[in-house]
Amino acid sequence: MTMLDDRPSEEANPELEKKAERAEGWRGFFIALPTYAYLVVFFVLPLLIIVVFSFAERSRTGKPVLGEWTLEWWIKLGEPLVRTVAIRSVWLAFLNTAICLLIGYPFAYWIATRKSAITRNFLLVLVLIPFWSNFLVRTYAWRTLLDSNGLITKVGEWTGLWGKMLFTEPAVFLGLVYGYLPFMVLPLYAAIEHLDWNLVEAARDLYAGAWKAFRKVTLPLSKPGIIAGSILVFIPSLGAYVTPDLLGGAKTTLLGNYIVTQFKSGRNWPFGATLSVTILAVMMVATIIYFRKGGKTL
Amino acid sequence: MSVQQGTAHRPWVDRLLSVSGWLVFAFLYLPIAILVIYSFSNNRIVGIWGGFTWRWYDRMIHNPEMMGALWNSAKVALISTIFATVLGTMAGIALDRYRKWLGKQAFDVIMYLPVIIPEVTMGAMLLIWFTQVLPISLSIWTIVLGHIAFSTSFVAIIVRARLANLDDSLEEAAMDLYANRWTTFRRVTLPLIMPGVMGGALLALTLSLDDVIITEFVQGPGASLLPVYVFGLIKKQVTPEINAVSTLMLAVSMVLVFISLGFQARSKSGGSNKEA
Repeated sequence: MTMLDDRPSEEANPELEKKAERAEGWRGFFIALPTYAYLVVFFVLPLLIIVVFSFAERSRTGKPVLGEWTLEWWIKLGEPLVRTVAIRSVWLAFLNTAICLLIGYPFAYWIATRKSAITRNFLLVLVLIPFWSNFLVRTYAWRTLLDSNGLITKVGEWTGLWGKMLFTEPAVFLGLVYGYLPFMVLPLYAAIEHLDWNLVEAARDLYAGAWKAFRKVTLPLSKPGIIAGSILVFIPSLGAYVTPDLLGGAKTTLLGNYIVTQFKSGRNWPFGATLSVTILAVMMVATIIYFRKGGKTL
Repeated sequence: MSVQQGTAHRPWVDRLLSVSGWLVFAFLYLPIAILVIYSFSNNRIVGIWGGFTWRWYDRMIHNPEMMGALWNSAKVALISTIFATVLGTMAGIALDRYRKWLGKQAFDVIMYLPVIIPEVTMGAMLLIWFTQVLPISLSIWTIVLGHIAFSTSFVAIIVRARLANLDDSLEEAAMDLYANRWTTFRRVTLPLIMPGVMGGALLALTLSLDDVIITEFVQGPGASLLPVYVFGLIKKQVTPEINAVSTLMLAVSMVLVFISLGFQARSKSGGSNKEA
């Protein structure tokens, strides 16, 4: 017993406490170190390098030449063709986000407000399956539906409302909505399910109509879900590559394909780098707005 | 959480929500169902039913390029998942359980960036990095390096969320009972965060198996992965053989969904949802 009594308690000794804290800090650092190092080498440095290379001259094979600098590629961003592609991409990404929200909100609301937990979970699993399913495969499904022999085309011909849509902008748009809708539904579901329904009830008790209670209480409370879902749909659809490549034609090039082209047949790596940095910048701005406006939930 | 009271809708609102809800499910599932059905159609043209056949599956299995790509995909997914899971778990622990350390704030930002960066940008920068800066020639290994770089963050976020939901009293109790740090980690922390770790690993596996863009940028000549190979096939010509391999990929995704649901059901607190 005496030994225990003699031992200085850790709390009482500020120097020991500091030492322990410092040791703890080093432990944290060393645990993170392998991941830290990996991400610096295979993420941070490549990220910085691509910015540098967007100012590089282009060699005859299309590769960047270091040591010879130019602003040419950044000026090229203002060219009409580039502008058309950029505007089309931003517009489609924006429209896609809006439509996904319009379809996804009532859908997520419906699932989240089912009374039995079993029903809710069952419906949630039905959303999770397409969410986890291979994106390429899901896009391919639409390619066959929209082709000349596809079901959608047949229905359109039968009703006389539309023809073959494959390789047009509506086809790309349909593919984008289909591809990213689950990304909108899940965060919305999480937000609506965690909502404090007592507040909605309180509004109703205070004689708010159903619609007013929804508009003034439910909708604002589910805002984090709306913002998270919108970001999750907007960013990948802005950089979409598979969808426009499989469902679109020459007239529906989006930024994603345009960038890949620069590295492949376009043979202009520095310009590809410039476009990549630009799209990254747009994404950063969108994300910062998101973090400012809606909580920390990702 | 009295769901009953706050969500009492008028009958017609409820009816409308249900009808539109099932329509959305139809929209989500019909294209996939039709794709699967036509993988069994005995007609070269997808869209015209030609009677039931296993022909396209048979052809798929006997297509050496397809099987080679499948094997590459499995290899890349497995290796990158193992590394991403270990690295991501360590990062998650360092971020949640250690309050202050050198460069933590910067790391916190770096950790989230791969999740939100557009895939084209990531592919382009890795291509430039591998071919113009590092003396590495593109191969299956550059694909592995790329896949680890993006999936580690997802694992870290999920593990961190799991840790944030667990208070550290159990770990402290173990330490009070003279377990050293390693024993505490192995016997207390790791079992507690296991659902998160497995959820993260499954997500890393799915991301690796699904990736087209980054792989297309950093793949070497010859060694393609299944989605990129199939992507190339679709652009050339659509055949029911693609439906067959697509059905196979869907089946794999489904299995992964149910495994991950199993892990979530076993953990009481739901801190390991696929939140990203």
